[in-house]
Amino acid sequence: MSQKKSFQGLILTLQEFWAAQGCVILQPYDMEVGAGTFHPATTLRALGPKPWKAAYVQPSRRPKDGRYGENPNRLQHYYQFQVILKPNPPNLQELYLASLKAIGVDLTLHDIRFVEDDWESPTLGAWGLGWECWCDGMEVSQFTYFQQVAGFECAPVAGELTYGLERLAMYVQGVENVYDLDFNGAEGPDRITYGDVFLQAEQEYSRHNFEAADTAMLFRQFTDAESACRSYLDAGEPEAGANSQRHRMAQPAYDQCIKASHVFNLLDARGVISVTERQSYILRVRELAKACGAAWLRTAAGGA
Amino acid sequence: MPDLLLELRSEEIPARMQRRAAEDLKKLVTDALVARGFLYEGAKAFSTPRRLALHIAGLPARGEAVREERRGPRVGAPEAAVQGFLKGAGLTSLDQATTVTDPKKGEFYLAVIERPGRETLDVLAELLPEIIKNFPWPKSMRWGAASAEPGSLRWVRPLQSIVATFGPETETPEVVPFTVGGITAGTVTYGHRFLAPEPIEVRRFDDYIQALERAKVVLDPERRKDVILHDARDLAFARGLDLVEDEGLLDEVSGLVEWPVVLMGSFDESFLDIPAEAIRATIRANQKCFVLRKSGSEDLAPAFILVSNLVASDGGQAITAGNERVVRARLSDAKFFWETDKATRLEDRLPKLDTIVFHEKLGTQGARIARIAALAKDLAPLVGADPELAERAARLAKADLVTEMVGEFPELQGLMGRKYATLQGHHESVCAAIEEHYKPVGPSDRVPSDPVSIAVALADKLDTLAGFWAIDEKPTGSKDPFALRRAALGVIRLILDRGLRLRLLEQVGAADRSLAGRAGADPQDLLGFFADRLKVYLRDQGARHDLIDAVFALPGQDDLLMVVRRVEALGQFLDTEDGKNLLAGYKRAANILRIEEKKDNRAYDAAPDSTLAAAGEPAEQALAEALAKARETASAAVAREDFSGAMQALSTLRAPVDAFFQDVTVNAPDPKLRENRLLLLNALRAATREVAEFSKIEG
Repeated sequence: MSQKKSFQGLILTLQEFWAAQGCVILQPYDMEVGAGTFHPATTLRALGPKPWKAAYVQPSRRPKDGRYGENPNRLQHYYQFQVILKPNPPNLQELYLASLKAIGVDLTLHDIRFVEDDWESPTLGAWGLGWECWCDGMEVSQFTYFQQVAGFECAPVAGELTYGLERLAMYVQGVENVYDLDFNGAEGPDRITYGDVFLQAEQEYSRHNFEAADTAMLFRQFTDAESACRSYLDAGEPEAGANSQRHRMAQPAYDQCIKASHVFNLLDARGVISVTERQSYILRVRELAKACGAAWLRTAAGGA
Repeated sequence: MPDLLLELRSEEIPARMQRRAAEDLKKLVTDALVARGFLYEGAKAFSTPRRLALHIAGLPARGEAVREERRGPRVGAPEAAVQGFLKGAGLTSLDQATTVTDPKKGEFYLAVIERPGRETLDVLAELLPEIIKNFPWPKSMRWGAASAEPGSLRWVRPLQSIVATFGPETETPEVVPFTVGGITAGTVTYGHRFLAPEPIEVRRFDDYIQALERAKVVLDPERRKDVILHDARDLAFARGLDLVEDEGLLDEVSGLVEWPVVLMGSFDESFLDIPAEAIRATIRANQKCFVLRKSGSEDLAPAFILVSNLVASDGGQAITAGNERVVRARLSDAKFFWETDKATRLEDRLPKLDTIVFHEKLGTQGARIARIAALAKDLAPLVGADPELAERAARLAKADLVTEMVGEFPELQGLMGRKYATLQGHHESVCAAIEEHYKPVGPSDRVPSDPVSIAVALADKLDTLAGFWAIDEKPTGSKDPFALRRAALGVIRLILDRGLRLRLLEQVGAADRSLAGRAGADPQDLLGFFADRLKVYLRDQGARHDLIDAVFALPGQDDLLMVVRRVEALGQFLDTEDGKNLLAGYKRAANILRIEEKKDNRAYDAAPDSTLAAAGEPAEQALAEALAKARETASAAVAREDFSGAMQALSTLRAPVDAFFQDVTVNAPDPKLRENRLLLLNALRAATREVAEFSKIEG
């Protein structure tokens, strides 16, 4: 296996590719999130008039998708490679295709298709139009033109690309089971597979997510995060009589919104949230996201 | 005559929106041209995933000149009037106007304004940007740097280029000069994204469609469908298989490719243990591929047809292999669902339904099932079903909603339940009812015939209707989120197709009572809804809506089968001479009564005095006797549900009614006599009410 086709090689290639397009290459956000979109580099930076280009890997946690390491395609923890370009350049589709080429997808051999898929995140109060990108019938990326984030119109619109790294790597490597993925491209005893790195974690976290996660604690954490978010937003308001009307604590408040969202996902996986309650929890997180978005728009980076 | 070629090239348009968009484009442009007086010979619109195209043939090069005469003030009118006239007519001095002499009014000014016809090119340049800006996409978006400003162009996905040319066949056409959303119309487009990435210069429609074809784009969606269908059939045939045709899928797939390349993939035989419908659902929904049958058999073959958008350098091997991998993964999931589902009995799934909310205000699925089961049991004897079986079927009918398979493919609800119930060895009718209780879905779906299915199907629909009526969630306008119109039509079709005798008010009442604790539905209001749906349904079958109104206006009409029989009999009666004349006589009587009742400010609704009538004119006497007799006969016939008999009885009234109007003066000077004659007319009104409310009948 060439270094380039290994799981980590794939990440390095994508980083290089997007760095060459002028993106800042960021590191994963240091909190548990359900998708790369939650990273403030996407959610918050998508708001406001300032141009922004970034790319990063984001470990994504979907507690409900855990399968105790027994399903070859499903994971409760996986990686997304996220690219955000604001405003979207006119040739974003071409750039995306060039990135596929860079990671070794031969465009004269493979059938790449853009199939309608409108993206919506009810918890982030965000939506956009775009596609699932198919490679020979398999969805390998999401491609979205953000129209609204945190309840605010995106002006200008950002283009977001999300690569499902495991899927893409399985495709590039021709592997049927995610745990068989070549992680580091080394030979002999140095060879490391995805399973070597993550199989045990998948088993342990599935157990945790479905059986052990302390629900009483999680319910508490949800309320705590919710009220912390509100109080940080209050505390970040400009002092009375201050010259600047800028908000001063949008990002710490948003961290609490992320936290509430993840705690909700854990509670959902534990099956302790009924169908009707589910909606109200989602709404509560959305309210936080909206308030954080509003605060962000009153910061320097938000264009105020 | 010159032609217009318009192409709007964008990033990939959702397949489901392409056709409608092409039609909208054609309609908007041609309507706008016609509204400005520009007629054309023909127009055709096309769509691919990346473009909408429109060709309008035979437009004039310029519009017709308009000559308008505008009359001014009389000669010698005050200066202000003259100035106003000049300004309005666009003249600078009176020299440009002529004078005309009117024999009555004398001499006055006249301006002749001649406007030359506008260049079609200019008109197009004016109207095309407006149409593009206001295009009716079901969902549209903003994009790029321009989206920083409010009011930037919206399109379904980013619009990349516009071709707009106009000109006669023999000359080089001109570009329609306009710019919209920062895109200037020109003559350059692009072909297939991967197979022909170079720019293409186009002039007019003929060379456009050919150039696209060379650049691996089939512009006409119908042609793409043909190619897919024929290639798929041929490929299947060559392997001794039959294509399972699927028009909806074909439409969708033809909207996902510009250059269809049909390939065949296969999967492991062992997946054929999964029910065929589930295989088809997963391959169709997730992969947009067609399934295949073994030739001459109903059984699926372990193969599928995929439609790619690429002529690959390896002949499609990698593409096929890739699709096979995904299909394999999907079928593994489906197989897992199937095996998992089989391990749990449907009965054991019921507690789960108690935790699932059907509707906030209508309780859980479990509560709903209990209501449906009780109702199905009550309905069973009325439709010839075994009450115990009906109840059992109703209890199990929704259990498959919590199976893995239905969770993944909701369209398999009912069908999977039937499969699982059959495997468990449930009674055949119970198994059938689990699948069929959703039927009929819509006006052309099959109506179940097993009485157990009928009982559960009725119970399910009546519970839904009574429930949503009780919480006041009725359909309004085009909004019918709970598909209540479909439910009502389902009830109607069950009753009519299966000849069921059902007092709907009673059944609605029973369904309503089982919603204990909630505000009751207004059964009359719900019956009115049924009447409306019945009207729509019968109208589609050619019945007169006024006759349906005429029958529903009678009290207590909640037995739909009888309503329809009565409408039929009434229609036949009114087609006869007797019927037409009686209706005319009725109208005349009703008119007189209306006028006189208003004049006298009282109702003439008592029975006429027969002795008084007997003492009057012979025609009066004859009518009184005929009325009494006809009414009695009609009433008895209606009681026997012999509606043509009732009509027959009414038809005997024609001659006496005609004679009465000919010989008798209603408004006699003697008030007693006048009153009795009016009462006689009322008796006619009352007699007709035995069969229908004639006042609702038109004509």
